[in-house]
Amino acid sequence: MPARIEDTARTILDTVVVVDGAPIVTEKKVDALTKVLKKLFSEAGRVREDGFYMPIGPDGKSKGYVFIGFETPEQADNAVRGLNNKRLDNKHTLLVNKFTDIEKYGDDDEEEEEYIAPPEEPYIEQEYLRSWLKEPNAVDQFILYKGESVGVFWNRKSEAPEDIVNRGNWTETYVAWSPLGTYLCSVHHQGVQLWGGDEFGRKARFVHPGVQLLDFSPCENYLVTWSPEPIQLMPEDSPMRAAFPFTASDEGKQIVVWSVKTGMPVRTFSSSVGQDNERGPGPQGPKKISWPAFKWSSDDKYLARVVPGQQIFVYETPGMGLLDKKSIKIEGVVDFEFSPAVIKGTGKKDEPEHVISYWTPEISNQSARVTLMTIPSKEVIRTRNLFNVAECRLHWQDKGAFLCVKVVRFTKTKKSTFTNLEFFRLTEKNIPIEVVELKDTVINFAWEPAGDRLVIISTSDAPAAPAAPVATPGARPAAAKIPGMPGPGGAVKTLVSFYGLERSKGVNGQFRQISTVERKSSNSIFWSPKGRVVVVAAVGGTSNNTGELDFWDFDFEGEKKEIPGAEEVPANLALMATGQHYQLTDIEWDPTGRYVATSSSMWGRAMETGYRIWDLKGLLLREEHVERFKQFLWRPRPHTLLTKDQQRDVRKNLREYSKVFDQEDIAEESQASKELIAQRLRLLEEWRAWRKAVDAELEEERGGIVPLAFKSGDDDDEIIEEIVEEVIAEKEEEIED
Amino acid sequence: MRPILLKGHERPLTQLKYNKDGDLLFSTARDKIVNVYYSHNGERLGTYVGHQGALWSVDVDPTSTIAATGAADNTIKLWEVRTGRCIHTWNFPTAVKVVQFNEDGNMLLAITEQRMGYQGTVYVFPVTIDVDAPQSEEPIIKFSSPENKFTKAGWSYLNKWIITGHLDGCVSKYDAKTGELLLKVSVHEKEVTDLQFAPDMTYFITTSKDKTARILDTKNLKVMKTFVADAPLNTGAITPRKDFVILGGGQDAKDVTTTGSRQGKFEARFYHKIFEDEIGRLKGHFGPLNHIAVHPAGSGFASGGEDGYVRVHHFDKSYFDFLYDVERMRPE
Repeated sequence: MPARIEDTARTILDTVVVVDGAPIVTEKKVDALTKVLKKLFSEAGRVREDGFYMPIGPDGKSKGYVFIGFETPEQADNAVRGLNNKRLDNKHTLLVNKFTDIEKYGDDDEEEEEYIAPPEEPYIEQEYLRSWLKEPNAVDQFILYKGESVGVFWNRKSEAPEDIVNRGNWTETYVAWSPLGTYLCSVHHQGVQLWGGDEFGRKARFVHPGVQLLDFSPCENYLVTWSPEPIQLMPEDSPMRAAFPFTASDEGKQIVVWSVKTGMPVRTFSSSVGQDNERGPGPQGPKKISWPAFKWSSDDKYLARVVPGQQIFVYETPGMGLLDKKSIKIEGVVDFEFSPAVIKGTGKKDEPEHVISYWTPEISNQSARVTLMTIPSKEVIRTRNLFNVAECRLHWQDKGAFLCVKVVRFTKTKKSTFTNLEFFRLTEKNIPIEVVELKDTVINFAWEPAGDRLVIISTSDAPAAPAAPVATPGARPAAAKIPGMPGPGGAVKTLVSFYGLERSKGVNGQFRQISTVERKSSNSIFWSPKGRVVVVAAVGGTSNNTGELDFWDFDFEGEKKEIPGAEEVPANLALMATGQHYQLTDIEWDPTGRYVATSSSMWGRAMETGYRIWDLKGLLLREEHVERFKQFLWRPRPHTLLTKDQQRDVRKNLREYSKVFDQEDIAEESQASKELIAQRLRLLEEWRAWRKAVDAELEEERGGIVPLAFKSGDDDDEIIEEIVEEVIAEKEEEIED
Repeated sequence: MRPILLKGHERPLTQLKYNKDGDLLFSTARDKIVNVYYSHNGERLGTYVGHQGALWSVDVDPTSTIAATGAADNTIKLWEVRTGRCIHTWNFPTAVKVVQFNEDGNMLLAITEQRMGYQGTVYVFPVTIDVDAPQSEEPIIKFSSPENKFTKAGWSYLNKWIITGHLDGCVSKYDAKTGELLLKVSVHEKEVTDLQFAPDMTYFITTSKDKTARILDTKNLKVMKTFVADAPLNTGAITPRKDFVILGGGQDAKDVTTTGSRQGKFEARFYHKIFEDEIGRLKGHFGPLNHIAVHPAGSGFASGGEDGYVRVHHFDKSYFDFLYDVERMRPE
């Protein structure tokens, strides 16, 4: 063959890809399949007019493979990169290779090479990422982000925190912990980086230009990032291209789901839902997006997002395919929540399943409705019809035992609103529902972690129903952290109510009000992660009451007050302490529930920035003013590894344990105070020694001459006595004789 | 400790000064007058009228015969303390920020502001403590520091040196006889707002807008103690008898209207001089504290604020009884 012709042939062959793993279809469906595949591959480039060939067997069925010719070799390359391992459906995954590659690697004519085992890669020991948990006293770490420097510190209670690592310009916008505390995330224009281990070395990089928001899956397997800039591929010849993890099919997308372990993108999504399956019409302008974009099931198995008014998309990890290949169409759906745990006895085969709860408003003749559906079997296990609904909020108790739906309803005149609390009991048969009707509008609600008690903040001068938590692009993440937190205000007078579940002889009764406090300015509720203690605070705003903190104990160890109507509720509520941190912007419990950190950040426009650490009884331990203070973040801890029985044992023998800890505390304190006394003694001695030396020197230099300023006149103080007569009372009495 | 509230001025206070015996309290403000009070009950002895501009500084000689004042009308005036008669006036090209008598009462130190092409300058005038004697027009020495502005100045012991504080946070030591710069150290990050000596002038305290106050050794300008506050500081004083310092300041006057008074930090703060700990605060003013003066016997102090008030405090017994455990353990 002349060289020229061979070259041309090579070039043509270079544009051809071989697709394997396509479905084997009968004659009738060949056309349909051709259409699907053509459309799919036209994503990668232009398919030549005659460039599609699907061999058909003698039985009229396709053979499961296809040849596709593109216009240029580059497009063929693109197809290999973008569509190899593409999951067409549950059974079929496409394998795309270049024709020339198959020839090169698969050609038997080439001399048979002997198999050479690849060299074994040396085992590199990975750093243990949870070493901070080995601290014997379970001391917690936290991040302080001030000015341009980010530091991680050990909490030393009232002492200055102990430095672990401190770096300037560690992050460009903000920092975050992963939900189990394994990684510290820094956010840069180029993407997100994860840091971990003893020295906080870099553990992973996720290239996502312009990234602003991030969210982890609950078990830290996946990371979701969002950038206002749609992904754009760099030119082919750019040196950066090789490091760029995206392909043509990712172009224009704004949300990326990453695998934390591999550091590679798992799937990309557009910001605006509904255009997921077809290509979005160019870049979207910056607009409000709701964050987190995806809600995760508690075991990282499913992630879902809602298209308001239409449907819920549930994706399955690790393939990131749609569950059962189709979305759940629900007319009018507004919002949904995953149960925070699998729920027993929900599945058909009595296997525990995840539950999603969602609500739909009143549409045409249909009443508003709250529905519980199992995932993955998609079975509706409970519905509840509601009337005159303005808004619903779904609050799961963190073990999934209860769901409280906060229903804001219109009064008959539709001029004002009131609130119903609908309690779904998922652990009981047929999921009974209990309704608590309130006259006021509830602005905040929080379940006790792992408990059945709750705190409600309501107000009678009802503000507009709080909008769904919306993170504007560029907003600090913390604002999205406390969903339902009313904006700056605090001037509104609120009512704080405490509820508990009756329990007599082990049988659950009704939810009863334990106590209520009027005329507060509190707007936020912060439960200790271990339950029992709750901090009710007035966050944000500029009024005089802002920053008020109330520390409540639900199991006060003292005389139990009988509360009429709630005798059976296992609780003894007491206000332990009150405090104030003027203009505080954030409150966070440490993960062990021993300390509360309140901080005022420059992002919250606080005049005086800094942080304070309180113990759980509301005693102020430490106060530090920090210029240009931005973030205070406790390092989260993974879930306990103790079994339920072990935990119960610990609780039972708490007094024994606490004795040991008390002794340790006393020893530590006396050690600290000894050091302090020694330090003061040293300072005092030093000062006195210096004064003595200076006095002697001065005496000598003066040579006995006393300047005018030190000459004493008459040293005796003149005593001036002033007698003031004061009439205290005058009374006139008539004496009759 | 119930303070005596003195409402003698209509504008922000600039300086307070007790005389050597501590029975008189002089106050200057931006309203062009000097007030003199009896310190024990706050009764006004009199007012010295004559300046045409805001007053910046006042001092009185050790015999309480003559008072000197420096003002924004570019003059220093000497007054007869007893009668309030102006006995002498020196004129300058710019405002006079500081006046101070030396320990013998025969020399007066002054600094003038750097403005309108004139450099900030330190002057030392000879003074005769006699209300009828003529005063010398010519300074003994004068010197300036072209590159950075003087903000405060003071005499050292034995009239050896003149210590100056600067706009850039530096503190300098000049030879009082020759005007030669002997030593200059960077002490603060921002402007030095006050410089007050201990009674024997062997150490002094400086305060700054950088929210710290420091005690320096007069001899070598070594920083001996540092006090960290949470607001810009305008003034600080060292208390005799007790090892305390009193600091005052607060948010800048121009920012005050944007916040509540609780945010302003308009309290006088007490720190332990040796241990550097904050011991207590005293509320009262509703504007930043501009100046604090301590009674020479250590029995009380006076504070003057941007709010135009002077508050005179006499310490209670508990103030004198307060001791740290280690001080009890090792009595002097």
